Amino acid sequence: MKKLVLFAALIITTSPALPAMAAGDAVEPPKQDWSFSGPFGTYDRAALQRGLQVYRNVCAACHGLKRVYYRNLEALGYNEAQIKTIASEYTVQDGPSEEGEMFDRPGRPSDKFVSPYPNKAAAKYANNGAYPPDLSLITKARAGGADYIHGVLVGYEDAPEGTELLPGQYWNEYMPGHVIAMPAPLSDGLVAYEDGTPETVDQYALDVTHFLTWAAEPEMEHRKQMGIRVVLYLMVFTFILFLVKRKIWADVKKKKKA
Amino acid sequence: MASGKREKFDNPVVEWVDSRLPIFTMVQKEYGVFPTPRNFNYFWNFGAIAMFMLVTMIISGITLAMHYAAHQDMAFDSVERIMRDVNYGWLVRYIHANGASFFFIAVYIHIFRGLYYGSYKQPRELLWMFGVLIFLLMMATAFMGYVLPWGQMSFWGAQVITSFFSAIPLIGDSIVVWLRGGFSIDNATLNRFFALHYLLPFVIVGVVFLHVWALHVTGSNNPSGVEPKTEKDTLPFHPYYTMKDTFGLMFFITIYAVFVFFFPNSLGHADNYIPADPLVTPAHIVPEWYFLPFYAILRAFTFGINIYLLVGLAITALAVFPLFTRAKGKDIDLKSMGVLMAIAGVFLLGGYFSQLELASGDIALPLPFSAAFVDAKLCGVLAMFGSILLLFVLPFIDTHPNRSARFRPWFKIGVLLLVVDIVILTICGAKPAEGFWVPLSQIGMLYYMGFFTVGVAFLSKFEPVKDLPESIYKSVTDKPQKTVAKG
Repeated sequence: MKKLVLFAALIITTSPALPAMAAGDAVEPPKQDWSFSGPFGTYDRAALQRGLQVYRNVCAACHGLKRVYYRNLEALGYNEAQIKTIASEYTVQDGPSEEGEMFDRPGRPSDKFVSPYPNKAAAKYANNGAYPPDLSLITKARAGGADYIHGVLVGYEDAPEGTELLPGQYWNEYMPGHVIAMPAPLSDGLVAYEDGTPETVDQYALDVTHFLTWAAEPEMEHRKQMGIRVVLYLMVFTFILFLVKRKIWADVKKKKKA
Repeated sequence: MASGKREKFDNPVVEWVDSRLPIFTMVQKEYGVFPTPRNFNYFWNFGAIAMFMLVTMIISGITLAMHYAAHQDMAFDSVERIMRDVNYGWLVRYIHANGASFFFIAVYIHIFRGLYYGSYKQPRELLWMFGVLIFLLMMATAFMGYVLPWGQMSFWGAQVITSFFSAIPLIGDSIVVWLRGGFSIDNATLNRFFALHYLLPFVIVGVVFLHVWALHVTGSNNPSGVEPKTEKDTLPFHPYYTMKDTFGLMFFITIYAVFVFFFPNSLGHADNYIPADPLVTPAHIVPEWYFLPFYAILRAFTFGINIYLLVGLAITALAVFPLFTRAKGKDIDLKSMGVLMAIAGVFLLGGYFSQLELASGDIALPLPFSAAFVDAKLCGVLAMFGSILLLFVLPFIDTHPNRSARFRPWFKIGVLLLVVDIVILTICGAKPAEGFWVPLSQIGMLYYMGFFTVGVAFLSKFEPVKDLPESIYKSVTDKPQKTVAKG
C-alpha cells in the first residue's frame, strides 16, 4: 500500500513536468497571482469586463476571437440587453439572401466575434507577412499559459546592444527567441477604465489575459467546482471501500497470525 | 462449455437462462469461487484497472465520435465545439484525453508487475504475449487518436511517425505513401486514422478476452511466484478480490479525477491547441509522454552500422551464444566469454567513435571504411520496434527456475535498474536531441537492450537458485520473508 502511494506520488509530481521540460530556450515569465488559479479558483467578473474592453479597444484591431459567441459574454456578468448592444456594434456578413446576395447586418448575440480580417492571407498582407493569431485559445496554446501571455504584453524592452532588429521587429523579454513582429500594443492610459482601476500597462495586461483565459477555458469554473465535489465524493467513497475491504479480509488476516 | 455438472439456481429466471446458456454458472466459476492466490499485493489491481480504463475510453470515445468531424478543415473546430457548445463536452473530452494517459499508467504498472514477479514465465508465456500484443495495439490506437484533433502536434507527430517507415530499404517510400493515403499528411490520412482509431479498440477488446481466457486457464501468478497447491493457498475471487480490486480502482480513479478536473492539459502539449499548419513546423516535435522512452531509443541512433560495429556485434553474438543454449551455468566458460567480449568491445567502441562527430566537426576516431551501410535512421526504427518485440521473446530467454524477484536478488537489481533506465529514457525523449542527452540516451538504450537479451540470459544461467517457500500459505505465515529466502 505504501509503495503504491509512493508510486502515485511519483507519477503525479513528475508527469506534469515532462511537457514543460520540452519547452526549452524561453525565459520563464514571472508567475502572477491569478484569481482563477488553484482548485478553488474563479474568474473575477470585473477583471473579465475590463479585459473585454482592452481586447475590443486594442487587440481586436488585428486579432480575432472567432470561437467565442457574443452570447457567451453572459458569463462576464452582462445582461441580455447589454450583450445585444455589444453585438450590434459589429457588422456581420450574412447571406445569401432570397435574392442570392450577401449582405451586411448588425451582429446578434448568436454570432461569433467578428474577426478583423476576412481571411489569413488578408491578415498577413496587412501585417508585413506576420499572422496575428486568433486569440480564442491563446492561453492554452502557449507553454506557460496566462503567465506567458501577460509576460509578452509587458515584456517589451530595448534590444540589448549588438542586436540588429529588422524593420517591423521588436525585442521582447519573454518571447521565445526574443524577436516579435507585434509592436508593443499597450501604453499607460490607453484604455479608459470606468471603475477607477489603475490605467497602467501591467493592469491592462493582467485584465486582458484574465479575459483571454476565460475565452480559452469558459468551462473552468464549472469544471473546478464539479471537480471538488467529485474528488471529495471519491475520497469518502474510497475510504469506505477501504473499511469494507478490511472487514472482509479480517478473517484471512487473523488466520494468518494464528 | 456445457459439459460438467451444473448446480441449480434458486431463482427460476436465472435457472431458466442458465439451463439453456450456463452464463451464470460461468460467472460463478470464473469470478465467484475462482480460486485466487491469497497473497496478492496491490500491484495485482492493475489488470482490473486497465480493463476499467479500456471501457472508459470506449464509452467516452464513442460519445466524442458523435460530435467529431473527421475532415482536415473541420476536425479542430469540431473538437473546440465539443469543448464549448456540447453539453458536458469538455468533461467527456478531458476524460478521454487524460484517460489515454491513465490507461498507459495502469498498463505500465501492470507490465512492471509481470516483469518483477516473473508472471511471463512458464506456463504463462502465451498470456504474456497476448499482453504485449495489447500493448502494441494500444500504442497504435493512442498515436492515431492523438492525430484526430488536428492540432500542430497531431499533424507533425503523424508526419514524424509515418516517415519512420521510409527507413525501410527499397519499398519504404511506397509504404509511407500507402500509410498516408497520399504524398503528404492530409485529409486521407486523417480519415483513415479516424477509421482505425475507432476499429482498434474493439480489436483490443478481443485480445483482452484471449488474455483473460488464458489467465483463467493457468490461474494468476502471485508475489511469491509459487503455484498454489492446496486450498489454504487460495481465496475465492469473490468477495476477497472483487472488494480489493474495487477499492484499488477507486483509489486510482480519484487520482485520475484530479487530473481530469484540475490539470486536464498538464499531460498534453500546448502546441496541440494551435490548428495544424503544414507550413509551420513546431520548435520541438514531442510525442505524448508514454511514447518518450521509445522515442529516446529511436533518436539514440545518431550512428549506423559500419564494418567495425558489425564485427563487434558478431563477436558479441558468438561470445554470448552459450547463454542461449541448454548448457548449464557451470559448463559455460566465462573466461573465454570475457575475452571475446573484450575484443568485441574494442570493435564496438571503434565502430561508434569512428562515426562520432565531435563539436569541432572532426571525427573522434578516424578509421578507414567507417561509413555506415545500415544508416542511423533504419537502426533507430529497428531498435524502437525491437525494444517492444524483445518483450515477446522474454519468456523464452529467461529460463531461470525461480519466478518472483523476491527470490532472485540479482534479477531484482536488474529490473529495478531497468525502471530507473526507462525514467531516464523518458526524460531524454522529452529533451531536444543535443548535448549530453544524446550519449545519455545511448547508454540508456544500451542498458534496455542489454538487459532483455544478454542480461536476462546471463542471470538465467548464473543467478543462484534459491529455495522457495513450501507453499503460498507458508510464505505469508512464516514472516519475515528474509529467513525463508535465505535457503
